[in-house]
Amino acid sequence: MAMALRALGRRISHSDRFFSSLSEAAKPPSDGKLINLFTAINQALHIALDTDPRSYVFGEDVRFGGVFRCTTGLTDKFGRDRVFNTPLCEQGIIGFAIGLAAMGNRAIAEIQFADYIYPAFDQIVNEAAKFRYRSGNEFNCGGLTVRSPYGAVGHGGHYHSQSPESFFCHVPGLKVVIPRSPRQAKGLLLSCIRDPNPVIFFEPKLLYRLSVEEVPEDDYMLPLSEAEVIRQGSDITLIGWGAQLSILEQACDAAAKEGISCELIDLKTLIPWDKETVESSVRKTGKLLISHEAPVTGGFGAEISASIVERCFLRLEAPIARVCGLDTPFPLVYEQFYLPTMNKILDAIKATVKY
Amino acid sequence: MGDISAPDTDVINCSTPHNDKITTLHYPFTLSALPNNHNFPRNDKTTTQFSSHNSSLFWITRGLSLHFLPLPPLFLISDFLHNGRLAREILHLGPPSGKDVVDDFSGRRRMPEFDTPPWNLESGRHCVVSIRLVLVLYDPCHLSVILYDVLSNSMRFYKELMLALDFPGGKVMFVPEMNFLPGSTSERINCYRVLDDNGQTFSKSKFQELSKEDAVKMYTDMVTLQVMDTIFYEAQRQGRISFYLTSIGEEAINVASAAALTIDDIVFPQYREPGVLLWRGFTLQEFANQCFGNKLDYGKGRQMPIHYGSNRLNYYTVTQIPHAVGAAYSLKMDGKKACTITYFGDGGTSEGDFHAALNFAAVMEVPVIFFCRNNGWAISTPTTEQFRSDGAVVRGQAYGIHSIRIDGNDALAVYSAVHAAREMAIRESRPILIEALTYRVGHHSTSDDSTKYRSTDEIEHWRTARDPVSKFRKWVEGNGWWSDVAEEEHRNNTRKELLRAIQMAERTQKPSLSELFTDVYDQVPRNLQEQERTLREIIKKNSNDYPSDVPV
Repeated sequence: MAMALRALGRRISHSDRFFSSLSEAAKPPSDGKLINLFTAINQALHIALDTDPRSYVFGEDVRFGGVFRCTTGLTDKFGRDRVFNTPLCEQGIIGFAIGLAAMGNRAIAEIQFADYIYPAFDQIVNEAAKFRYRSGNEFNCGGLTVRSPYGAVGHGGHYHSQSPESFFCHVPGLKVVIPRSPRQAKGLLLSCIRDPNPVIFFEPKLLYRLSVEEVPEDDYMLPLSEAEVIRQGSDITLIGWGAQLSILEQACDAAAKEGISCELIDLKTLIPWDKETVESSVRKTGKLLISHEAPVTGGFGAEISASIVERCFLRLEAPIARVCGLDTPFPLVYEQFYLPTMNKILDAIKATVKY
Repeated sequence: MGDISAPDTDVINCSTPHNDKITTLHYPFTLSALPNNHNFPRNDKTTTQFSSHNSSLFWITRGLSLHFLPLPPLFLISDFLHNGRLAREILHLGPPSGKDVVDDFSGRRRMPEFDTPPWNLESGRHCVVSIRLVLVLYDPCHLSVILYDVLSNSMRFYKELMLALDFPGGKVMFVPEMNFLPGSTSERINCYRVLDDNGQTFSKSKFQELSKEDAVKMYTDMVTLQVMDTIFYEAQRQGRISFYLTSIGEEAINVASAAALTIDDIVFPQYREPGVLLWRGFTLQEFANQCFGNKLDYGKGRQMPIHYGSNRLNYYTVTQIPHAVGAAYSLKMDGKKACTITYFGDGGTSEGDFHAALNFAAVMEVPVIFFCRNNGWAISTPTTEQFRSDGAVVRGQAYGIHSIRIDGNDALAVYSAVHAAREMAIRESRPILIEALTYRVGHHSTSDDSTKYRSTDEIEHWRTARDPVSKFRKWVEGNGWWSDVAEEEHRNNTRKELLRAIQMAERTQKPSLSELFTDVYDQVPRNLQEQERTLREIIKKNSNDYPSDVPV
């Protein structure tokens, strides 16, 4: 029926997306080539453009391949009409993307750095997030996906290092997804693109080249709103997302040497987030530590902490720890002091376990 | 007009390097100083050698000179100075570098607008060169032509050699003294108008013809809108609906612009355009349902009154300007013969997304009509406090958009302008800006009392002497298509129907509580399911605290 509607040239009010984020998706096949994060994202974009002729990738400097090479080769393969540069205006990029998505297309917009997403904040929060609700489902812009590199990179300073995810986690109607590795990124990005809701996909820029993994070459999707326990443990639950997970893993290893068994969870989707997985893990361990790069006050760790206290108060054996960035703008020479580094996390693990 | 990225076929089959790079060639002359508009590759509009001068002068000098012998060397020099096409062929050189048409090295090309003689076809260039060759060999008059060409092109050659500079974006002439562009021209941009104050067309008026059917429908819809506004406004004052916003004074803009579009054109309205929906067939009952937020409201009671939307009628629920640009891009990519239109007021042109949208529309080359309802007021802010430019129309030009200013109280002018804009937008895949000058006769909304910041005399003047509805009525009656009897009948019927619709809407139930949680996402996520459960428990315990007209 969706195809028939399209043939009549009418916009499709109910999405013709392949599936909703809550359905099960197959585990990705384990074979694949060793590639890094930006290549995995590039593959996902290739597949997305290939499988849906009404999908578009655009943003600043996207055409030549993007400042992080995520969009290399796309213009050559799919043409300038589908992969193109936009003028330097985030408000315009997202506004344009919303209009495109509202007509039933998949609009994959890139914001060059998450630090620059704020001019588009009104379009994302007041327009994209509310498009379906305010029209009573007469219209929707579910085809919208916003991709943006976020997070510390070692030398980014105020405006090339920010983690703005918590601003968007406060907006009903949006989904926020953050991958930790190339294989996760490809599957999650394809899910985001095909999800019938507007999604913001933050890519940890530090991992674009650094993170290398075996990624299957074919088309696969990973489910949204499902957290993943990537390491089993019994003494304390650790939660993080994106690049911070590798720091948490190092902390897990160091803690294991001291006899502390840590359970590590990758949240993956920040809203709507998988409270059940986290709750069942905390019920097992009785302790929780959350870590993210964004400043601690009002960061998403606060939401996780409050929710888990509501659900698991009597089970908790220690206060929930948050090891996060400081409440300052992201500094340059003080980056290593600002960040939630491995030693801070290890200290917090030991303090929580010994509470 | 053809795909701008298709390679040009060169006249004499020089291989034209059709790419983003500048090719520099080795020439006796300094090639980069060659006259701009005689270089190729070209866009769909071509120039010929004749475009550089007044073609009548060309024929005069040709006709007058009778005594000269053809001189091939002089021809070659002349040819060289134009673009050296023939000479290059003879000397086995490639084409010159051209930078007038390629901007920002993107390969996307923009041609300056200029007159081209009738033979501006690709094949015309063949003709031009052949004609010159023939003239040289057989026509004794040719020398004068050559001399003329040589002279005029030497002037240009010298001028451009001395005074033009290459930059990304094209050649620019430079000047030795500073000349600031004035912030505004001494005269305001003219306003297109068809009907005078008495509803008569001016003798020189050019406008799009209207059939009797369309004219009568336009007029009756304008009247319906007036009646609707009056009655809904009263309903709000009586406390029956929470809010209302009238379009009084802008009926012509509402209905005439809608009449000039087709149902396939997509509307991205602001909030003062319910007449567009009316024209397309939204019923009075549907309007009332949305204002009362009952269960038949397509918006499911979520928004304030007047936030209408209809997928069936291609009218997006009150939305924003850049969305129209993205949607127009979709129409273009899908090959639809349709455009989008978006409405906004004078205040809306100060918002950042207006500028973002216009710039994107121009760069992406999409069929969108930007319709500015310059009604003089943004709530209490007059246009003198809104901008210093000459209204909105000059802003279009700043972004590279064809723009026009029209009398927004003249239904025929609005109809004609939107009709023409639509055709241009679709045929040439380009945005158009229309600034309709009008006046907001009503208050900004039911939450506003405009007598606090403007004089009642001013309001009365516009309500009576400049009323678009009565003006159009005079024209329609002048054509014998309307009468007082018809007027009274229509107004009465509309009022009765509307009062009935309001009664129905008031009595209809509100949407059920579950609609509070749906449509946030395509499916209700777990956190919302949990919140709904919690809420229902609270309601059960405290049902008196909650409105009884929302079924739980």
